[in-house]
Amino acid sequence: MSNLLKNTSLSINTAENIISDTLHKCDDGELYLEDTKFETVTLDDNKIKSSDYSTDSGYGFRAVTDDVIAYSHSNEISEESLKKSSENLKSTLKSKSGTYNSSIKKTNQKFYKDIDPIETKSLDSKIELLNLMNDYSRSKDASVKQVSASFIGEKKNIEILRSGGELLQDSRPLVRINISMMLEKDGRKETAVFGVGGRQSYDEYLKDDSWKKLCDEAFRIANTNLKSKPSPAGEMKVVLGPGWPAILIHEAIGHGLEGDFNRKKTSAFHNLVGQRVASEGVTIIDDGTLDNRRGSLNIDDEGTPTEKTVLIENGILKNFMQDRLNARLMNTRSTGNGRRENYKHIVLPRMRNTIMLNGKHTQEEMINSVNKGIFAVSFGGGQVDITSGKFVFNCTEAYEIVDGKIGAPLKGATLIGDGPSSLKEVLMVGNDMMLDPGIGTCGKAGQGVPVGVGQPSLLIDNMTVGGTQL
Amino acid sequence: MIKENDYLNTIADQCLSKAKKLGSTEASVLVMNSISENVNIRNRKLDGSTRSENLGITLTTYIGKKKSSISSSNLSEKNLDNLINRCVESTKITPEDELNSLADEELYFNGDKNLDLYDETILENKQKIDYINEAEEEAFSKKDIVNTNGSGFSQNKSNFVLANSNGFSDGYKTSQFTAYCEVVSKSNGSMERDYEYSSKRFYDDILKPKDLGAKAAELALQKLNPKKIKSEKLNIIFDKRIAKSFLSAFSSAISSSAIARGTTFLKDKLNKKIFNDKINIQDKGDIKKANGSRYFDSEGVKIKPLDLVKNGDLKDFLIDTYNGKKIKLQSNGRSSGSTNLYFLNGSISFKELINSSKRILYVNETIGRGSNLITGDYSVGASGLMIENGEFSYPVSEITIAGNLNDIFKNISLANDLEFNYATNSPTMLVEGMIVGGK
Repeated sequence: MSNLLKNTSLSINTAENIISDTLHKCDDGELYLEDTKFETVTLDDNKIKSSDYSTDSGYGFRAVTDDVIAYSHSNEISEESLKKSSENLKSTLKSKSGTYNSSIKKTNQKFYKDIDPIETKSLDSKIELLNLMNDYSRSKDASVKQVSASFIGEKKNIEILRSGGELLQDSRPLVRINISMMLEKDGRKETAVFGVGGRQSYDEYLKDDSWKKLCDEAFRIANTNLKSKPSPAGEMKVVLGPGWPAILIHEAIGHGLEGDFNRKKTSAFHNLVGQRVASEGVTIIDDGTLDNRRGSLNIDDEGTPTEKTVLIENGILKNFMQDRLNARLMNTRSTGNGRRENYKHIVLPRMRNTIMLNGKHTQEEMINSVNKGIFAVSFGGGQVDITSGKFVFNCTEAYEIVDGKIGAPLKGATLIGDGPSSLKEVLMVGNDMMLDPGIGTCGKAGQGVPVGVGQPSLLIDNMTVGGTQL
Repeated sequence: MIKENDYLNTIADQCLSKAKKLGSTEASVLVMNSISENVNIRNRKLDGSTRSENLGITLTTYIGKKKSSISSSNLSEKNLDNLINRCVESTKITPEDELNSLADEELYFNGDKNLDLYDETILENKQKIDYINEAEEEAFSKKDIVNTNGSGFSQNKSNFVLANSNGFSDGYKTSQFTAYCEVVSKSNGSMERDYEYSSKRFYDDILKPKDLGAKAAELALQKLNPKKIKSEKLNIIFDKRIAKSFLSAFSSAISSSAIARGTTFLKDKLNKKIFNDKINIQDKGDIKKANGSRYFDSEGVKIKPLDLVKNGDLKDFLIDTYNGKKIKLQSNGRSSGSTNLYFLNGSISFKELINSSKRILYVNETIGRGSNLITGDYSVGASGLMIENGEFSYPVSEITIAGNLNDIFKNISLANDLEFNYATNSPTMLVEGMIVGGK
């Protein structure tokens, strides 16, 4: 039974009739309904800067014929509005001769609880805790000059109504707690950001005063950077720390393995299935089934159950990540990677939690083996050019390595590399796999979706570091 | 059809009076409607079409110096009642901030609306498809253009009303027509992509399809078979589409919120030299038909024309009401950021610029975030072309360029080729002595 049509003027029978009529002779399509609640509470500059609450509901109606997608969305859920959308879809898809693919796998899998995380913690207690975080951070050291902290919570209910009356539902909580700090000492200023989050209530992340650890970590990074020296420029060996630095894998390899770029043959990986794309010992998966993780989903935004998809096994390219459209056109099955930011956007193949599995080396071995290089512990943003394969990252915490030992911290360097060749340059895979703290948002075609990453420490033979020291 | 002001006004009035009834002492509301229609093609064939219609409100309520806000796209009376009630209840428990208030009444916009920001033209999907197909046809007529990443055309229309409990109530329609073409070139195992786009308020002002396709093809072709150069100190010329990003970094660094929080490298630089003497920067909201033009900001404050940098000296900030009070300056109508922001033309031609030294790196694409606004440190991935003795000689990629904005700003020379293609615009820019990270 549809919950999202309950408080609207649109009856499920009317909706089903319009859907079946519109999707007749189409290859695929559905009505996607969504209802989202969103709250941010922010402290900045010693004051509660904002407490904002928003709700958004609407539908996205999609019709697919061959490789053409017609899409129409509105935040007015009514018979009139849906009929207007139907006309719009029909006018785009004039000649259609497909057969509607009604098969979709069923699942009872649940990787997170159906809770509304905004309501499970009162506004009062959020404000109280933000003030505590502010006071605690500022009391750590006189160099702490600015603190912002925030609670960001979301509850998203989705329903997928397919031609023939099939109804698929999911209910997704998501929270994030952030802290950022600016330190100033001897005329130098540095900032750091740290956060945690995932698909469970705020309190799961706040047990035993663990919020103090968030403040401690932000302080530690900013304080380290106050002592940083200019980064070198040029090619050198790079050791990546475990956890969040796996966004390098997300950018360098992940995007290039999404089905759409490969169907369109614009990815540097499109003709490399079955071939070696990474060093031996490198195995990478994309997993939507990890409990309470930011990138996990019970079903994707087309209703396909998520799974653990092997992308690269022991260095050999095995699979791309697929949504229904790209899977059909490439004669394979959807891997449950069909995602969208919200009802205003079309579905695209997107990553979930992208993880490199453990190897056998220790981080110490890696550092000891490097004469001159850098040790990158944390990154800010990254970006990739899918076609040429080039990607970049901004280091937010990095150190020089000199004669096998960790040296001085380095000022914000950029790393640039080539996606298809970078994983062939992996010399050692660590045994210390870690998942990120739950803060990642991936952007593609103007759509942001929550994702996770993870990896052990890695030693990469050769990357270009963009610093100011020649 | 896009909703008219009368309709939006009715909703705005309902929200304000409901908020007042529930105990808010001041309130402001934005009611916004937009309709956008896009078509995408790939390899000269329809890839998809999207129609988007959005209608929503954002309401901020005050009780004395306490403040909270809500927004929603569900405008049913029952839902709005619930949300406004929630907003007022949240306001009650939010701590006071003595700087919270609506903008000063004497600053509200009340002039004529004569900037031509709305084009009535409505294109059928077929016209959009024909336009963008012609662009791709042109691109594919060039040798070694083998694929597209997709090209598209979009038509956006929007209307809004901003109203507050001080009696301000105004709004207006705007339109935007955007065409883009992104193609893939391939030769000798090298594959590259590049794009061109054109976005204007009036349909007649956007680039003609053949020019759009030809430019995208030219850019993608000139990138083929790039070389990686050695790490070295070089003079760099930034193409206009990249040069404008330095203005974006500059405008973020002089926003009153960054100044008030102390989180910018330009904090104590008012009336001090931050560029060399030849550099002038203006921000003007009243240029007819321009992408960045507007009558008032998100608080209803009229847009004051600003000489932000004069002969290299920083003369003003981008100021909103709240942060303005913190730094004791009056709002100049920039709560929504800069408007049409641009460097004034330099004194030399593009040709003189590329002949200014024997070896210059011409950068026309950067990737990565780049600027740290607190320290001014700048570091991005880049690609472009090497210029030797005034001639473009070979493409360069997989390098980084780095420096500090304090130094970069002082080493800028500008050509005299300013055009108003975007909201933020720069002539072609030379920066002397940047560090390139390569082999």
